[in-house]
Amino acid sequence: MRISPTGALRQSGNLFAMALDVVRSLPRRPFQAREFIQQAWFVASVTILPTALVSIPFGAVIALQIGSLTRQLGAQSFSGAASVLAVLREASPIVTALLIAGAGGTAICADLGARKIRDEIDAMQVLGIDPIHRLVVPRVLASMVVAVLLNGLVSVVGVAGGYFFNVVLQHGTPGAYLASFTTLAQLSDLWAAEIKALVFGAIAAIVASYKGLTAQGGPKGVGDAVNQSVVITFMLLFVTNFVMTAVYFQVVPQRG
Amino acid sequence: MGVEICVEGLTKSFGHQVIWQDVSLTLPAGEVSVMLGPSGTGKSVFLKTLVGLLKPDRGSVKIAGRDITRLREHDLYEVRKLFGVLFQDGALFGSMNLYDNIAFPLREHTRKSESEIKRIVLEKMDMVGLIGAEGKLPGEISGGMRKRAGLARALVLDPEIILFDEPDSGLDPVRVAYLNQLIVDLNAQIDATFLIVTHDIASARQVPDNIGLLFRRELVMFGPREELLASDEPVVRQFLNGRMQGPIGMAEEKDAAQVEQELAQIDEGGPADALTPRLLPGAGIARPPRWEVIARREAERHGTGVTSA
Repeated sequence: MRISPTGALRQSGNLFAMALDVVRSLPRRPFQAREFIQQAWFVASVTILPTALVSIPFGAVIALQIGSLTRQLGAQSFSGAASVLAVLREASPIVTALLIAGAGGTAICADLGARKIRDEIDAMQVLGIDPIHRLVVPRVLASMVVAVLLNGLVSVVGVAGGYFFNVVLQHGTPGAYLASFTTLAQLSDLWAAEIKALVFGAIAAIVASYKGLTAQGGPKGVGDAVNQSVVITFMLLFVTNFVMTAVYFQVVPQRG
Repeated sequence: MGVEICVEGLTKSFGHQVIWQDVSLTLPAGEVSVMLGPSGTGKSVFLKTLVGLLKPDRGSVKIAGRDITRLREHDLYEVRKLFGVLFQDGALFGSMNLYDNIAFPLREHTRKSESEIKRIVLEKMDMVGLIGAEGKLPGEISGGMRKRAGLARALVLDPEIILFDEPDSGLDPVRVAYLNQLIVDLNAQIDATFLIVTHDIASARQVPDNIGLLFRRELVMFGPREELLASDEPVVRQFLNGRMQGPIGMAEEKDAAQVEQELAQIDEGGPADALTPRLLPGAGIARPPRWEVIARREAERHGTGVTSA
């Protein structure tokens, strides 16, 4: 592959252009309900189990860290508050992002890439059907919806895991843990996390679709596209996460 | 009816590599044209440019009076409904069975009832000889069947223009002969404009009204079949006869001195072959006036053996 100075710029420009196309195609009728449901089911089925399995140890690690930290600081009564805050604000959107990009995005990218190199996408365009409207929009919406739901799942499993490790393994007091639940965290934290998940789902699906639809060079090209889509998605998600967190702290007043 | 395609000054390059430049030709409405060329001369790129999948650097492609290189995306999708394209491997949707594949354009673009869709789909499947394979997935059938299914799907919207990307690649000679007959029969039945991109000389000699030849980044020649088959142009003669002697080399091109020497050898070898008889629509197919004329001309030229049905 030849490296040109404008290459990266052109790629990001094309990616952004496709994101705009997706937004423009959103209100177009007929809405591809069938494809949307199939894709939502598909993305959910490849992400639910790994998400649950990842969020248990994730919640546990946070509980362990916070448990020992609060003991050192002599603030055991806040261990519940701190671990809920950590899970809800950061852990669950990040776990959701990793899984939706790593499991959902790769599956979308591989699927579209395989279709691209088999000329299916070209055939579809020749049949007068816009692949953005027919294939990408339902995938983006599906991934967004599933990301929001996954975020809820991670929060619940993460908090439950934290409770288990703090109370059962570190012999914390259940009452203190539960009582301090809402001393730091507030409802807007949950909303912010859900909005993050929504945006992450959209980014993961758009990048995966873009990379899939521009795959070329046979089966190896599809592999490369999947690889690049994961790397690009991760970079974008972590940057977006930082920006959204910074904005959140500016906009929403914090407790305490 | 068919629609005329008028290509003017078309140039396409990828990066610094020019694929072909200044291609100008007119595909007459309702006629069968073949675009020939050695491997790697951008025949498939040409085809994709005609349907607007690739944007040319310069030039225009006018279809029914509209330049598709300048159309907005939305209008482009409208114009594309005039096209049926048979891709190299059929380009069937891998997740759907043959029936759903062929019904796909109808379900997307028309409000026909399922029973009417079924009638049309089965009719087209019968046309390409695929009855009984409705429930098969594209991965389960042979390349030839995939091609025929792809053709059936290209036909369901009654296109005005049908483009074939190497319909004969990967098929055995008998299947190629059947497919050629199918193409001729189809042309007599639906009267659309056909463009076949191929490097199979036997098909190119038998099937089309017009032949074009792409070589060395240019359209060497485009014209009626008889004219090209009788042409003295070295590239055309070499390609249509499938010989090693001539300007086309294994890698790319040969040096001029060697070419002249080889051509001199051929010229000593006597006159060129007689004109290949043209393939005519099968016995059961009602021939429109255009094909009547062709059949009569063929009968005169080759005497007995070619009779009107």
